[in-house]
Amino acid sequence: MTELDETGRLVARLLGPAEPEVSCATCFEELDRYVDLELSGADADATLPGFRAHLEGCPACREEHESLLALVGGEGLA
Amino acid sequence: MSAVAPIVRRMEHGSSLAASPGDGVGVEPSLDADSRAWLQDLRGAGAAHDEAVARLHALLLRAARFETGRRRTAHPHLRGDLDDIAQEAADDALLAILARLDDFRGLSRFTTWAYKFALYQASVKVRLRSWQGREVPVEDEAWSVLASAAIGPGAAAEQSELLRAIRDGIVDALTPRQRSILVALVLNEVPIDVLAEREGTTRGALYKTLHDARRKLRRYLEESGHALGGPWEETP
Repeated sequence: MTELDETGRLVARLLGPAEPEVSCATCFEELDRYVDLELSGADADATLPGFRAHLEGCPACREEHESLLALVGGEGLA
Repeated sequence: MSAVAPIVRRMEHGSSLAASPGDGVGVEPSLDADSRAWLQDLRGAGAAHDEAVARLHALLLRAARFETGRRRTAHPHLRGDLDDIAQEAADDALLAILARLDDFRGLSRFTTWAYKFALYQASVKVRLRSWQGREVPVEDEAWSVLASAAIGPGAAAEQSELLRAIRDGIVDALTPRQRSILVALVLNEVPIDVLAEREGTTRGALYKTLHDARRKLRRYLEESGHALGGPWEETP
């Protein structure tokens, strides 16, 4: 990673997503639905606007999304 | 009770920043057969109920171990604690799920819904355990991060100027509370659940403060003539 990348990432973390986003509570509430939509090939972002932006802005919710997607997607169920 | 309370608190304090199409929607009539069977057994009584609870606990434990396994590399000092964390997470997730069965709306498979409780419990516990006995950094230490990023040899002039403007915005535009939360979460990279525990609040409440601070910073930058929409807006 170049230093410019690191600076850009720092700016992104400081300013957060530009788009409207859901709250952590809504993210948790809808996480299972979002993941099942993703895995079914449906347009999860059209169904749940603001969800993806929240994942960009909130590292904790993002980690939980990545884990659920990996687990249900088969990585953890072998 | 430690099991259910964190999740319930999280729901109560979180405020939606954008309307969700799912809000207010009742239970979908088209439950898949597996989800319907889970609900029927867990709401029932006797041996079938007990067997379903045991099966659910096993499933939650597998999910919790999956999560702690993913965090193993990042937290090598926790290696001996990870199975205890997974067990606790599965126990707490089971209690939360049994208390919230009526919240399942059938918009996902039941197992996906259940897994998220185990993953949430395990990930929060790993974050808290990894910071156990560790001081949250003081605000002053964070400014050096911003300063060194702004003046580093590889930083483009435009980004250096933007970082300086952000630093000014943090000082001039944010309330002390917003500044403290932004600095802790973003510059000092304190996990949000750790800060929530230390401050006796919730992830949702802290994130709302962070969100408001970020909006204020964006407004400050726009009003001071700084162009937004650079490559950092596309960072996943």
